[in-house]
Amino acid sequence: MEQKRIDHMTYLPDMENIGSEIQDKVINARKEYDPDKYTAADVREALNKDSLTPYDFGALLSPAAGDFLEEMAKRAMAETRKHFGNSINMFTPLYIANYCENYCIYCGFNCHNKINRAKLNEEEIEQEMKAIADTGLEEVLILTGESRKMSDVEYIGMACRLASKYFKVVGLEVYPMNTDEYKYLHECGADYVTVFQETYNSDKYETLHLEGHKRIFPYRLNAQERAIKGGMRGVGFAALLGLDDFRRDAFATGMHAYLIQKKYPHADIAFSCPRLRPIINNDKINPKDVHEPQLLQVICAYRIFMPFASITISTRECQRFRDNIIKIAATKISAGVDVGIGGHTEDGSHKGDEQFEISDGRNVEEVYNAIKEQGLQPVMSEYIYV
Amino acid sequence: MNDKLVIAGHEFNSRFILGSGKYSLELIKAAVENAGAEIITLALRRANSDTENILDYIPKGVTLLPNTSGARNAEEAVRIARLSREVGCGDFVKIEVIHDSKYLLPDNYETIKATEILAKEGFIVMPYMYPDLNAARDLVNAGAATIMPLGAPIGSNKGICTKDFIKILIEEIDLPIIVDAGIGKPSQACEAMEMGAAAVMANTAIATAGDIPAMAEAFKKAIEAGRTAYLSGMGRVIEKASASSPLTGFLQD
Repeated sequence: MEQKRIDHMTYLPDMENIGSEIQDKVINARKEYDPDKYTAADVREALNKDSLTPYDFGALLSPAAGDFLEEMAKRAMAETRKHFGNSINMFTPLYIANYCENYCIYCGFNCHNKINRAKLNEEEIEQEMKAIADTGLEEVLILTGESRKMSDVEYIGMACRLASKYFKVVGLEVYPMNTDEYKYLHECGADYVTVFQETYNSDKYETLHLEGHKRIFPYRLNAQERAIKGGMRGVGFAALLGLDDFRRDAFATGMHAYLIQKKYPHADIAFSCPRLRPIINNDKINPKDVHEPQLLQVICAYRIFMPFASITISTRECQRFRDNIIKIAATKISAGVDVGIGGHTEDGSHKGDEQFEISDGRNVEEVYNAIKEQGLQPVMSEYIYV
Repeated sequence: MNDKLVIAGHEFNSRFILGSGKYSLELIKAAVENAGAEIITLALRRANSDTENILDYIPKGVTLLPNTSGARNAEEAVRIARLSREVGCGDFVKIEVIHDSKYLLPDNYETIKATEILAKEGFIVMPYMYPDLNAARDLVNAGAATIMPLGAPIGSNKGICTKDFIKILIEEIDLPIIVDAGIGKPSQACEAMEMGAAAVMANTAIATAGDIPAMAEAFKKAIEAGRTAYLSGMGRVIEKASASSPLTGFLQD
């Protein structure tokens, strides 16, 4: 018997509501965006402009722009070098827990997926961090599954304090939280917050996120704004490409970042470009119609629309794609990646299972050398806490 | 000819200030040598890495000009400058205060505040600013050693979009005016020097060139040419056509 699910558009009592100014604009922009109405002339016009409007951004994401990939890549490359020079930032994610209260049908951590669950204690987190820092990395991204019960804010804060001992830049990719909680984690040493909206289509979102806090669509969508209000220096945006119409979701992602940047011009803006990946107990999950050319199109569109934004390329993609995309548009790349719990220390065995299958298992040195071989400059950190 | 760039009593033969933040570390030395640069800027946030430190690649004898990039207000700029002195980067500091992630335009107000504090602490303060005469005068009063107005947004390579306003600064301000940001081609660097700028700073234009050391050299030559032209006294440039037979010739009839 189907159980009654909670309304995905209604905030739960403990969730801070900061209003829906940006949310409404993003949702409306997505609704009005029709990728099929653009022509080759629209794409050419967009590519000839110095600075693109949201309408032009829509053109670059349209099927019509599929014939302009080479031109888009050239323009994207010029913008990337102009804004970032030859620098490519390196980092690694550190998963400290994989307990999750949500039922997101595509994710390996979902609460009904039978995997080994684990949570690192303070000592184990420190060991992992030491091992990562020994590879030369100076930026770490702390991740948990989304369980407030098993990984509460104090627990994440403890990890941030440890991280600031070993790293110069500390990012977070954890469950969305309230402004005061972001403020607390900022005080503990975190400076960047990334939240994947997965899909900006609320109807589709509802069918994919069946249980848990994550089901509440608007609370997730407004997380970046709360993070900035809490004092975070930068925020990251992403749709999980392949869940819904990828063009519309990429458009909404760009609009979300655009509106946040407009309202908070000091905030650093970042994009991630994840595609669906196979998970434990479901190797059939795949990115559907988002093949490499489409992924490249999305990444180039982000770059040309917001040339100053950082773009991260995930180990979901293979070595060939990653080595080429850092030449064109991506400015941040992960290395020595392990998406399980406790895999960075000596024997490499996992205490808890992985979130998804990675495609590029190269260690830090290998990625470092690959960046150098492209004539680019690997940068471990370029931020000082003062 | 004894034509030196003098910043707070320090003399330099070269009028080319080179940025270092946008290209591969091993190219820095060649770029400095080919550019004949005596001053190189350095983002302190890039000098902070333990893995590969940019400081190790900068040739000895070159004056470091650490900048406060990453600072979003005067307070952060002041703290970065103090840190820079602590780690041995000297007393020169280029103030950059930016809280706009899109255009990276400097905040003149916060820049003036930071300049005042740091000048009192004995720093040689070189503020990056939006070319506004009133702000420039405030910077002079705050103790700046030079004024570094932008030609165009950082990295835009658009040339001297703010030409008329930089000319006003050159005319009115007695400190060296160093055109910073936006210069995309040697010809534009030359133009800045012809106008009477004391020096030019460039980074992206060189970093994005196919041959970085060669482009550094091209800039060096352009800057020297522009300076020589300025010192020679530029010929009059007439914008409108002029009649070849004088209109007043009838007076002689």
